Amino acid sequence: MKVTSRSECTGGSRERPYWRATWIWIGKLAMYFDHRLITRNRSLLVLPVLVVMMLVVSIMSLGVGAVAVPFTDVTGIVFKAIGFPLNTEYSAINVAVVESIRMPRVILGILVGASLAVCGAALQGLFRNPLADPALVGVSSGAALGAVTVIVLSQSVLFSVSQFLGSYLLPLSAFVGGVLVTLIVYRLAQTGQRTEVTTLLLAGIAVGSLSSAGTGLLTYMADDFQLRTLTFWSMGSLGGITWSKLSVSAVLMLIAIFVIPTQARPLNALLLGESEAMHLGFDLQRTKRLLILLIALGVGAAVSVSGIIGFIGLVTPHLVRLVLGPDHRILLPASALVGASLLLLADLFARTIVAPSELPIGIVTALVGGPFFIWLLMKYRRQGGIR
Amino acid sequence: MMMKMENAYLAGRGGAWRVDNVSLSICEGEVLALLGPNGAGKSSILKLFSGELACEQGRIVLGSNDIRTLSPRSMALHRAVLPQKNYLAFNFTVREVVLMGRSPHAGCGETSDENAIQWAMEMTDVLNFAERDYLNLSGGEQQRVHLARVLAQIGPENGSLRFLLLDEPTAALDVAHQHLVLSVAKRIARTVKVGVLVILHDLNLAALYADRIAFLKQGRLEAVGLPEDILSAKIIGDVFDMKASVMPHPHRPERNLVVTG
Repeated sequence: MKVTSRSECTGGSRERPYWRATWIWIGKLAMYFDHRLITRNRSLLVLPVLVVMMLVVSIMSLGVGAVAVPFTDVTGIVFKAIGFPLNTEYSAINVAVVESIRMPRVILGILVGASLAVCGAALQGLFRNPLADPALVGVSSGAALGAVTVIVLSQSVLFSVSQFLGSYLLPLSAFVGGVLVTLIVYRLAQTGQRTEVTTLLLAGIAVGSLSSAGTGLLTYMADDFQLRTLTFWSMGSLGGITWSKLSVSAVLMLIAIFVIPTQARPLNALLLGESEAMHLGFDLQRTKRLLILLIALGVGAAVSVSGIIGFIGLVTPHLVRLVLGPDHRILLPASALVGASLLLLADLFARTIVAPSELPIGIVTALVGGPFFIWLLMKYRRQGGIR
Repeated sequence: MMMKMENAYLAGRGGAWRVDNVSLSICEGEVLALLGPNGAGKSSILKLFSGELACEQGRIVLGSNDIRTLSPRSMALHRAVLPQKNYLAFNFTVREVVLMGRSPHAGCGETSDENAIQWAMEMTDVLNFAERDYLNLSGGEQQRVHLARVLAQIGPENGSLRFLLLDEPTAALDVAHQHLVLSVAKRIARTVKVGVLVILHDLNLAALYADRIAFLKQGRLEAVGLPEDILSAKIIGDVFDMKASVMPHPHRPERNLVVTG
């Protein structure tokens, strides 16, 4: 019996080296790419790749939809719009669709995706916890409450304020709502050296449902027109954007997107613990204040133009960390680029799957993000629980 | 040159002083062990030295400067702190964690960073898992990585004043690791003239590795001196309320062995 099995063994192994060699080569190839692209001190090279990815997705988004615009036309119109006309004529419909409908929407998608992802990554670093997300810890609903307050009350109670601040009032109040909730949740979740994930999530739920109660109350008071707008806030959408609406929030989001990555080194140190970051010579109070402000700014501005879009801020930094590691110097810019691409893809899906009608984008991100979150929880459970 | 605490007071709960008129100095090139019962104020004293807490009265002098006048960054160039526990929950590689120790040296050039982390990883024996993921290491290995991180912060170059503050570095470690950590501390005190303050619970580790020992009780400095003078049945009995016998260490007769209970 033994002899037979051994001879079978040798008989089998005669064919195996061929396969084994193939696998070894595949492995070597993978390791080569791994070394070339993913080795962390080279990972700055990844950023241009991600920029290209974002541009490809943008051009796709500009072309696909109820009116299909060919790829060549899209690039031509884009080049014309940024000042390099290619001497070709395009149909007026295509130009109108791309320039005044899809382009603001795509730019909005890029800005919202990037700022939600950057803020999510920064929030996770700040809380020293990989499960933080602007929507999950209530920041988005705080910002939404601020926005809804303005929508419902700007014609009555806040009339004089809205006369005074004009179109700045909406992003501003979303920002204030975001700041308040971030501060409250941060205070509640912090127990000494670490933030407890249970406290964090519970604080997020508590503060989030308080905000929702406020939003609910305002919904009760709203008239029909306001109601439609409110529904849009709670589920999120990139639709109906115009250049003028975009401008104010765009500036705020750009500030968040470009200033948050300057805090990469203190954020790295913060992952070691607060005292450790202090021992490494960082002025933490300053960093924390700045980050909370910037996160509220980014999320508030994003919410004020697109409503609550969940999970982009949670999923994106995780995907980036899986490939590029947790170093914030790479993580923050890469998250911005990946977040922008992901949100554009989600939007593309949302507006084509039930065309000519449109799904709220928040539903799409939740459909993808919810299972991802569950997977994440299970992964951490296997690793011995979330700490 | 030394780091000196002069008549420091720190308020505790219920009106008592957590640190009560303590004057203590850490000299360059020595290992000073801080011992005492739980709640005696050992960690508070370490935090006063590190600048994490500020004393209500008295002052702490680093070289010739009161530490209140130093910026966080210049403090970080002169002292590193190894915490008792580590909470890093993100998957850096070991090398990246050690490199974080170089944060205060930003702008000093990559070669000096590279030299420092190479030296630190050699000292702590973590070179052979430098590229592994931090979260996959055992507790003892993780502690060694953090020791390497604080050594990288201190750096191998002689010249400036540097102090290393270790808060119970041996708490969760097996016997071999305990000796490894303390012999590393002793070695860098000798070779690169770093002053080391280490909080310990094990009297015998202190007896083997410390150049001086300070005993604390209820926030007050009970005794400070050379291990052979200070490790006596009487002092240990006073400080810990324990019966103790002191005898020569069987392997190292010049050192003491303490048996308690």
